[in-house]
Amino acid sequence: MRLIRHTAVSFSLAAGMLASGAAMPAGLQDPYFGEALYYAHQGHYFEALERLDTELAQHWRLDEPARDTLYPHIGDARFSVGDFELRYRMHHRAGRAIRAVLEGDVAEPVRNDAAFRLARIHFQKGQYDNALTALDRIEGEIPEDIRDDIEFLRANVYLALGQPSRAVSVLEALRDEDGLDGFAAFNLGIALLQDGRQTEALEQLERAGRITSDETGQLAIRDKSNFARGNLLFEASSFDAAQASFNRVRMEGPYSNVALLRAGWADASGENFRRALVPWGVLAKRQTTDAAVQEAMLALPYAYSRLEVHGRAAVLYGRAVQVFGEELEKVDASIRSIREGQFLEALAREEIRQNKDWVIRLRQLPETPETFYLMSLMASHDFQTALQNYLDLEDLRKKLSAWESSFDAFDDILRIRRAYYEPLLPEIDSRFRELDAQIRLRMEQRERIDRRLKDMLVAPRPEFLATAEERVLSARIADLRRRLDGAEGSETEMLQARLARVEGALTWRLETEYHQRFTEAHENLAELNVVVDRMKAQHEAFVRTRQAALHSYEGYDIPIKRLRTRVAQAQAQLKRLMGRQGHLLETVAIRELEVRRDRLHAYQSQARYAFADSYDRAAKAQADAGAAEAAAEAGVTEGEQG
Amino acid sequence: MTRLITIRYWRLPAGSVRRLRLLCCVAFCLLGGLLAVSAQAEDAARVQMQGLDEQVQEIKTDVLGIAAELSQLEERLLFPSNTQVAVFVELKDPGFRLDAVRIHMDGELVAHYIYSFKELEALRAGGVQRIYTGNVPTGEHELQVAVTGKLDGGDDYSATDTFSFSKDVDPKLVGITLADVGTSGSGISLGDW
Repeated sequence: MRLIRHTAVSFSLAAGMLASGAAMPAGLQDPYFGEALYYAHQGHYFEALERLDTELAQHWRLDEPARDTLYPHIGDARFSVGDFELRYRMHHRAGRAIRAVLEGDVAEPVRNDAAFRLARIHFQKGQYDNALTALDRIEGEIPEDIRDDIEFLRANVYLALGQPSRAVSVLEALRDEDGLDGFAAFNLGIALLQDGRQTEALEQLERAGRITSDETGQLAIRDKSNFARGNLLFEASSFDAAQASFNRVRMEGPYSNVALLRAGWADASGENFRRALVPWGVLAKRQTTDAAVQEAMLALPYAYSRLEVHGRAAVLYGRAVQVFGEELEKVDASIRSIREGQFLEALAREEIRQNKDWVIRLRQLPETPETFYLMSLMASHDFQTALQNYLDLEDLRKKLSAWESSFDAFDDILRIRRAYYEPLLPEIDSRFRELDAQIRLRMEQRERIDRRLKDMLVAPRPEFLATAEERVLSARIADLRRRLDGAEGSETEMLQARLARVEGALTWRLETEYHQRFTEAHENLAELNVVVDRMKAQHEAFVRTRQAALHSYEGYDIPIKRLRTRVAQAQAQLKRLMGRQGHLLETVAIRELEVRRDRLHAYQSQARYAFADSYDRAAKAQADAGAAEAAAEAGVTEGEQG
Repeated sequence: MTRLITIRYWRLPAGSVRRLRLLCCVAFCLLGGLLAVSAQAEDAARVQMQGLDEQVQEIKTDVLGIAAELSQLEERLLFPSNTQVAVFVELKDPGFRLDAVRIHMDGELVAHYIYSFKELEALRAGGVQRIYTGNVPTGEHELQVAVTGKLDGGDDYSATDTFSFSKDVDPKLVGITLADVGTSGSGISLGDW
């Protein structure tokens, strides 16, 4: 089972990477792998990668990786690395990771899964031929959960390669798949359209536009289908049908504004200006930074003027002039603000980015005028990528900065430890050497006793088990016997007889108590072993603690120095890169704003001209009406006089 | 499940173009010229962005390498293996809304964590949180775990359980598992990893 399953593919040249999480396998055996997943499920891919990279590096360094706790999860871990890298927008590394899986000795479903992921990376990078080659490598057993996704991706690749008929064949088999959430149905409509089968395309988009769902993604694709169908019909001058499609687009949604605008144009194109007033009227009251809303502010009075309601048209044109003027001020303020560097500052605000709708919230902040027009920029995948890269760089900058300060803390820790241990260690070592010598001596004694007892099992030696008192007694007997040797006389004989009795009594005791004493000696040795084992453990603990004390401050200088250098180099590179990335974002944002400013200028000029024209027409109409009324009154007076 | 489809299917409707042309042909000629220039500039910016993207990927690799080396150094320096103890939290009851976990080790409060929505979701999805890393001497230790949250039915829930664990010379990885909360016992169990 895959831990993280990518289930989405995208159609556009600038597709985004999407994925969904899946549950952990039962019986997680490596907590650090679980920790990597914990970060990944929160979208913290840097931390997830850092954890998993470390785990994998340690795993591969082991002599017996099969005994490692990561071993049961190694397949998932290798896939997950690729996943995390992909989500962290590290396509190169992700590609390498997945290729490594592909080239390894893995089961067919795993290889097919890897090939699918590789194909998706190629697709996202716009390498469609490579994507197709990777997909063609898929054969044999395919994991059930990616079967449809593979075919959906294949269809998208065909579309991107300009082979819509092949895409149609694939998508026709997928259009009713629940798992694809209506995306297959929509893409089939587009494929049919690209294949020149307009009628079938319209029917398919009609089907895709009538999906029943409460899910946001499905509702968005339904809106998209209706919008696309409405456009097709509009271009075919089927204005009523187009209008019906546009009307099916939800009033709140990403396609709402453009759909309202087009619905109005569909009505206007059918010369039904009165009906066009409705969508344009709704649209003209919306957020005025939106391009569709701005166009509606011109279109609405235009409809009134076509309905000969010139007074109302003049009022609305006048309002449009005013709004465009205000928007121009906003755009100019935005451009100024960007040039002052505030755009990048606003984007990098941490508290804003905590919210998933941070871009929308950013636009609503009164103190960040430079972000009012951000939404249209965000529609561009390139801009999104560049923006996300900038934000990633900002995160990296913060991390590097924090790490840089932690080196000073490390230095402090090492200095304090060195100052504490260095004066203590020589005395401790000296005392330890004394104890160590004693321990060795005692251990030798113990070994000697052990050897002797073992020998006595073969050749019993009762005298070896004599007590100290008995050994003294034995020595005295030997001494007395030596002294009595050579003496003569009856008293001597009596003393020798007494000595023999004493010696006999001692020998009797040693011989008769030998087995008991031998058993006791073994028991005592066993008791000694317990003490010796405890002593050995204490000895080892001391040696380890002694080593740990030394290692707590020795051997860090070089790694810290190397890391300091690496961090400094990375910071310099990061600064350079952030400068370039930021400048590029600012340039693109300013260019977009300048286009919007020029468009607003054009709209404003047009509104001014139309305002004057409508005003004249309204005045003329009023004058004509006045003249007609005067003439009518004059006619009545003449009649009365006549 | 979320899917994104970005399809560039936007052409100005013929009717609207015709009318707008009637209304402001001069303005739109100007605008058209601007858009053409803008398109060229966009292409140049796109190439530049792609080049920068490659460099951003490279620096991410560098910084990840630094992070890995730094975390190993930090672990060696701050949590040597002979004294290291790490406590992990695993949630095996998706219906339980975990609010907070409080951990005392040998009577001393070592961790008190309040979970955000994202963190809770990550635990429910199978992630494992390392809630505490510290140092203890070898030997027997006591761990008291207190959990608060809400049960599936919405009732408040809190439980405390005490465990013991043994620390030897290797790093000690202690796992706190929350399973079947509110049905049997405290729902808290302790295991080795």
